[in-house]
Amino acid sequence: MSDQPLVLGIETSCDETGVGIVRGHTLLADAVASSVDEHARFGGVVPEVASRAHLEAMVPTIERACDTAGVRLADVDAIAVTSGPGLVGALLVGVASAKALAIGLDKPLYGVNHLASHVAVDQLEHGPLPEPCLAMLVSGGHSSLLLVEDVTQGVEPLGATIDDAAGEAFDKVARLLGLPFPGGPHIDREARSGSSVAIDFPRGLTSGRDLQRHRFDFSFSGLKTAVARWVEAREAAGEPVPVADVAASFQEAVCDVLTRKAVDAAVANGVEDLLIGGGVAANSRLRVLAEERAARHGVRVRVPRPALCTDNGAMVAALGAEMVSRGRTPSALDIPADSSLPITEVLA
Amino acid sequence: MLLALDTSTPLVSVALHDDGRVVHAATSEQPMKHGEQLAPMIAAALDAVGAVRQDVTAVAAGVGPGPFTGLRVGLVTARTLGLALGIPVYGACSLDVLAVRAVDSGVEGPFLATIDARRKELFWASYDEEGRRLDGPHVDRPTELPELPVVGAGPVLYPDVLSRGTGPQTPDAATLALAVAEERVELLDPEPIYLRRPDATVPGPPKKVS
Ligand SMILES: [Zn+2]
Repeated sequence: MSDQPLVLGIETSCDETGVGIVRGHTLLADAVASSVDEHARFGGVVPEVASRAHLEAMVPTIERACDTAGVRLADVDAIAVTSGPGLVGALLVGVASAKALAIGLDKPLYGVNHLASHVAVDQLEHGPLPEPCLAMLVSGGHSSLLLVEDVTQGVEPLGATIDDAAGEAFDKVARLLGLPFPGGPHIDREARSGSSVAIDFPRGLTSGRDLQRHRFDFSFSGLKTAVARWVEAREAAGEPVPVADVAASFQEAVCDVLTRKAVDAAVANGVEDLLIGGGVAANSRLRVLAEERAARHGVRVRVPRPALCTDNGAMVAALGAEMVSRGRTPSALDIPADSSLPITEVLA
Repeated sequence: MLLALDTSTPLVSVALHDDGRVVHAATSEQPMKHGEQLAPMIAAALDAVGAVRQDVTAVAAGVGPGPFTGLRVGLVTARTLGLALGIPVYGACSLDVLAVRAVDSGVEGPFLATIDARRKELFWASYDEEGRRLDGPHVDRPTELPELPVVGAGPVLYPDVLSRGTGPQTPDAATLALAVAEERVELLDPEPIYLRRPDATVPGPPKKVS
């Protein structure tokens, strides 16, 4: 197998059925079928609805990825799949499908960590990963700071959210403001016409004492409650809620904490590259603020394009290709789907 | 060679059928581990008969009804294998397979075939003396079933309510393979029979925090 392996990656940890195909660091196809519309009216992802959708979408999405990439399944060198963390019933559909491909094509299987895949995907956009690098992953399911020495076997968690994920806070505040699910893009758009300093919302875990114990951890639950109180007080007083100002001030509070801690973590670890991934990485303010702050400390920022930041199969294929190139041992056919797979386990 | 699998019960069942007979059959040892056990069992089945993946010319899968998570593992495996090998994938109602197994083991109809549906309910269907489905599949409480002899999980789980028969307790892949090869069951698309909607509630307005 060459150092440009052709790898098919499957991602089903949440509500996106993703199948990606890469050749080394080159993206050939990134097919995604999303069940997000089916979850919208429930205000969040319903696991059973997601699992049913994965089963229906799996084979058509594999076929679509092959068509787009212009390859036959038989040409693939290896299969990679998200084996965790995520919704267990959803993960199981992808893992079982990947195992069937491994048997049916007689190719090696790599069960990989979803979070490490969010890091590896950047190679498809910006070439080889700077290692070590500091990765900040922010989405509806995760908010983590990771020190990446080797994306295929050495990822160290520095901090994570102690309550809600960043994207979850966006969803909940969007709901308070009567904006649709998922909330991220809607808050971002509203915020553009609002003032980020209109309301001084709290910055979680940034006070002196909190910083001692939780220097690189996040908390967004208190912020969410503060926004709710502020909106309720307005409503109780019979005054209109300035949606754009609330959105902008809330978004500023989230992005302020995220970027402050990410840059602090990079500097503290002597790392010169900060990589941001996950759905919230698509937030326009987060990107700008990160670049401003990082530049002041001589840290470079890498953010993959939005389509690669949200959950997709290409990121799994990207990490799989790296596993092949760096000669890692393939996974056994009996690997489980592990809903709470720790980031220290990059390969199952 | 036909590869048959059923994941509609807590156990995984895999069989290979060739030249008019079942040449291999295996049942998993651990319950509730479909995701871990199915793929190695398929690989082991091929090894056991000295076959390679290209020898498989069709896949048959039990489509339930059964607990959803395991059922999906079986069906996505069958569908993806079909895609990878370029071979057809057939489905059969797992209750129908259980009924065929019951008739073959001497159970006389009419009778009910049952699979555990959890939440104190059973998936069930009724069958005539030749194992042809009369009614169902449905999902109901054991006390709501028609008064007929019962095979499957029902009498094991609810011995106080349902009379214990002498028939088989589960559908299995060997019977599925035979029944498909001998056209004794209706062939279906490899679509799961759920019989229940997903648990999900549309949320009310946001809760007040103050
Ligand atoms: Zn993710």
